[in-house]
Amino acid sequence: MKIVTAIIKPFKLDEVREALTALGVDGITATDVKGYGRQKGQTEIYRGAEYETHFLPKVKIEIAVDAKKAPQVVEEIAAVAKTGKIGDGKIFVLNLEEAMRIRTGETGLDAL
Amino acid sequence: MFTTSTKFNLAIAAGAGSFFALLPAGAIAQELTLESLRSETAFVFNTLLFLVGGFLVMFMAAGFAMLEAGLVRSKNVSMQCLKNIALYSISGIMFWIFGYSLMYSGVDGGFIGSWLPYSWPTAGAINEGDYSVGSDWFFQMVFCAATASIVSGAVAERIKLLPFLIFVAILTGVIYPISGSWKWGAGWLDGLGFLDFAGSTIVHSVGGWAALTGAIILGARKGKYGPDGRVNPMPGSSIPLATLGTFILWLGWFGFNGGSQLAFGDNTNASDVSRIFINTNFAAAGGVIAAILIMAVIYKKVDVTLALNGALAGLVSITAEPLTPGPLTAILIGSVGGVIVVFAVPFLDKLKIDDVVGAIPVHLLAGIWGTLAVVLTNGDASLMTQVIGILAYGAFAATASGALWFILKMTIGIRVSAEDEYDGLDKAEVGVEAYPEFT
Repeated sequence: MKIVTAIIKPFKLDEVREALTALGVDGITATDVKGYGRQKGQTEIYRGAEYETHFLPKVKIEIAVDAKKAPQVVEEIAAVAKTGKIGDGKIFVLNLEEAMRIRTGETGLDAL
Repeated sequence: MFTTSTKFNLAIAAGAGSFFALLPAGAIAQELTLESLRSETAFVFNTLLFLVGGFLVMFMAAGFAMLEAGLVRSKNVSMQCLKNIALYSISGIMFWIFGYSLMYSGVDGGFIGSWLPYSWPTAGAINEGDYSVGSDWFFQMVFCAATASIVSGAVAERIKLLPFLIFVAILTGVIYPISGSWKWGAGWLDGLGFLDFAGSTIVHSVGGWAALTGAIILGARKGKYGPDGRVNPMPGSSIPLATLGTFILWLGWFGFNGGSQLAFGDNTNASDVSRIFINTNFAAAGGVIAAILIMAVIYKKVDVTLALNGALAGLVSITAEPLTPGPLTAILIGSVGGVIVVFAVPFLDKLKIDDVVGAIPVHLLAGIWGTLAVVLTNGDASLMTQVIGILAYGAFAATASGALWFILKMTIGIRVSAEDEYDGLDKAEVGVEAYPEFT
């Protein structure tokens, strides 16, 4: 099993969710995060004082999937979340050792 | 049998008879002349002006509370709200025990009134004079409370509650009334011809001086100023609240300036109050637009919080003379207030004076400008006398408030610990978080 973790631009969240549902993905966890990569922050001004925001708002989504499905999920997220501009984000794939559905106690792939 | 004219005369007599039957006993006991009717009507309307103007100014307490709550960070909002409701309550009581008499009783061209709690005629009593005694006290009381409100914004996010409230008690019980007596209490400055219609100096600059000395003696918020002149912004928690607060203050100002005509019982006075409302509105508008234009030119982006401050600075600027200016002058006077704010706010940061809400530019600096601007439209004003007044109030208010802050700092301390400041005053001093569900 794998966990696909993607950091994407917040306004892309709904599109990604719809695309993944069409792929048969049943569950997603989304968190509001702040981050930067090559896209630096910007200079803001509050009451005459300039300041730099280094961190930009992003959304992190995590999806637990069958290892066989992971590449497809990664590709789909990348296609939908891309705008072509700096700051589109990154996708990471991590190994998932064990999983359990709390309600039924199912484990392994049955839990996903 | 009864002719039309007889019926007509009978109708008049019946009407007059019912009218007289409805009059209060006092009016019938004294002889009902046109003069006494006019005078009692004027009494009632003057009193009405004080009461309505008074509760409009009272509502400025909500304006201050919301403006400040919106401009401080979430972790300090409960504290700001608590400070505002507490200071308003303390002011009212102190102004009864000490304030009004110090300001108005027996000043006689001098520097101070008398030390006595004030009292009002009993229920059902006829009041002497042109307006009810209580209405005059009420109207003056809300002005005193407004002065105290000015201070709470500048010292926000790092002041301890108890010393702040002690400061407010003495500001409203002693400092404000003594200085107020010099002009409104018919004291020495009044004798010199100093003019301050609704309190650009007496209320706003006095509050502003107390805010300035407080901000300096208290010190800046931790992390606000960095090395090499770096300024770290600490954006407020709610722009809608700040905006609402500003509009409430704008509304209240019609009572603040309009009520200061002190009379509403005849054509001229009612018309003058109308003029005052209009000029007050124009000055606020001028302040907003000037602030927006300057920001658009200098910063490209228009900071809403400075636009809000611009409105208030415009209002403070017109407060010393809201009657005599024409519309264009009123707009221009207010505009200068807006200009002052846009430049003074970053300037104070350069001096490392941390004024969280812009109280010092809005009330002290615009208050000084407003007091000087009187000479532009009021022929009875002299620049020299206005300057003397500004300097006298400045010297007294700065010294008295500075000494008081210093004494409080040396005795019980005025600043929370660094850790409490970091955790937020809501947790440290109030025990109630303003936004407990926002993690």
